[in-house]
Amino acid sequence: MSALYGLLRKETYHILRDRRTLGVLIFMPIVQVMLFGFSISTDVRDVRMVIVDPTPDATTLAIRDRFAAGGIFRVIGVSQTEQPLDRLFRTDTAQVALIFEPAFGRHLAAGDAAQLLVITDATEPNTGSSRQLYVNAVIQQYESDMGKRSGAVRITPQVRSRFNPTRESTNLFVPGLMAMVLTIIAALMTALSLTREKETGTMEALLVSPLRPWQIIVGKVAPYLGIGFVSVLAVLGVAKIVFHVPMQGSLALLLAEGTLFILVALSLGILVSARTSSQRVAMLAAMMGTMLPTQMLSGFIFPIESMPRPLQWVSIIVPARWFVLIARGIMLKGIGLTYLWRETLVLAAMTLVLLVASTRSFKVRLQ
Amino acid sequence: MTAPADGAAIRTNGLTRTFGRFTAVDHITFDVRPGEVFGFLGANGAGKTTAIRMLTGLLTPSSGEAWVAGHDVYRESEAIKRDIGYMSQRFSLYDDLTVRENIQLYGGIYDLSRDQIRDRTERILSRLGLSHTAHDAVGALPLGWKQKLAFSVALLHEPRIVFLDEPTSGVDPITRRQFWELIYEAAHAGTTVLVTTHYMDEAEYCDRISIMVSGRIAAIGSPSELKRDSEASSIDEVFVRLVRPELAGRGGSAA
Repeated sequence: MSALYGLLRKETYHILRDRRTLGVLIFMPIVQVMLFGFSISTDVRDVRMVIVDPTPDATTLAIRDRFAAGGIFRVIGVSQTEQPLDRLFRTDTAQVALIFEPAFGRHLAAGDAAQLLVITDATEPNTGSSRQLYVNAVIQQYESDMGKRSGAVRITPQVRSRFNPTRESTNLFVPGLMAMVLTIIAALMTALSLTREKETGTMEALLVSPLRPWQIIVGKVAPYLGIGFVSVLAVLGVAKIVFHVPMQGSLALLLAEGTLFILVALSLGILVSARTSSQRVAMLAAMMGTMLPTQMLSGFIFPIESMPRPLQWVSIIVPARWFVLIARGIMLKGIGLTYLWRETLVLAAMTLVLLVASTRSFKVRLQ
Repeated sequence: MTAPADGAAIRTNGLTRTFGRFTAVDHITFDVRPGEVFGFLGANGAGKTTAIRMLTGLLTPSSGEAWVAGHDVYRESEAIKRDIGYMSQRFSLYDDLTVRENIQLYGGIYDLSRDQIRDRTERILSRLGLSHTAHDAVGALPLGWKQKLAFSVALLHEPRIVFLDEPTSGVDPITRRQFWELIYEAAHAGTTVLVTTHYMDEAEYCDRISIMVSGRIAAIGSPSELKRDSEASSIDEVFVRLVRPELAGRGGSAA
């Protein structure tokens, strides 16, 4: 019977017998996707809209009615000039502005492209972009309805975001959520399970045994690699089935990159546990050192471009930032390694450095 | 001094460990003979655990020399690990694994064959009378049984030397006596036992003892020698004279 196999089996027993933690680990990814999914997708309702219509006519009135009737937008005011817009946005009275160009109806009737400007408050980029999508949808519906009756109608909507002009348009949450879940499982759980052995004194027994440090580490963390992999599948499954999140690129590539990210998180967990000796401290350190950066600095919730410069620099060393970029690229844009090799390289280098650092710091602890 | 040619189980020469400016173990020199039950006595913080940690390879010495089972502690720690067993103050058993699983785990770690593990598991279970609880989680066992089981597990791979760091703290006198029976059995089978304790009555059970005070060995010898040399009636008294000389005249008891 090989020593490593025995260790792996023992660790698996620990996980399986701690029913409550196991339950949390299994259901957390699913619950997270649901929570994030629904809280993001139900956000667009009762949007306060202001309309600027310099030359009102039957056409613009018809479009205005569509917005007023749709149930999503609430028209709070109509103006002939853009002058009040600034104040309305600043006071948060308006969230979306719809600006018709002068002589909009005439251009449309003449068969020219009529210009329409949509401005959204993008302080919250996700909501901002969803609102823009809804505005576009109303306009497209109008275009196609009119097109059936009287030939082609061309409206060219221009989209502009206020306060946060370079927000990510493909800011979907699933890639970031995967990073989040994996950080919790791989980094936090590893750190906890290693420090638990220090607390109970069993670590000493392992250290005085002929086991090599790498065997102890592999025996401790490999089961979490397995759980991490399963939860990636769970997140992707729920995202696909419930929220129809697209999977444009290669699933195999995404899973491989996911495994790379799990390794990064595992190494961070080992590092945390090497520097702490109680589960409580390890928990706090893992939260502050891994979960918080993953949540805040990965571009998962807050776009990196809109962060202050220093935070943008800090985000460079946050592994989740690179994983989120990769996962978004694969899932939403369908691009492969040809475009993502640089991010992958960064992630791989981080994995290597952290693995070496963590095994070394663990070894130092032994001597 | 060189590696023990006379086959001493443990030999140290000026072994020292400092933590910053604090010297936990201060130039200790002693030999432990094969098959001996050697007691390490001392108050809490006297350096017993630090000494054991250096000998088991958990801690690198700051200076001095030491050989365990004929292997140098600096260069041959891997060889030492195969020849020793260790039971710490806290248990080396996993509470959420069953009695049988714990034994199997350590059997695997020490590279025993499947047959060896099976035979020795049965032997331990019947010796300790744990056969009916073999499938219970260790966490559910009373403290005394856990300690006896931990000791048997430390001996599972039949090491030449076993280190016991305060193995009997916190258990009742009867269980302690049973525990010492296990220690004698191991010694009779040829295993060298190095045991630390702060129970003075247990010191009387050892073949030889060393009394540590502030990181130094203050006295070493058989219990009867030590009592004779300091004209004391018990090890307890010997200990108090060494640790608190100002109390010795009054014949007070250990703190």
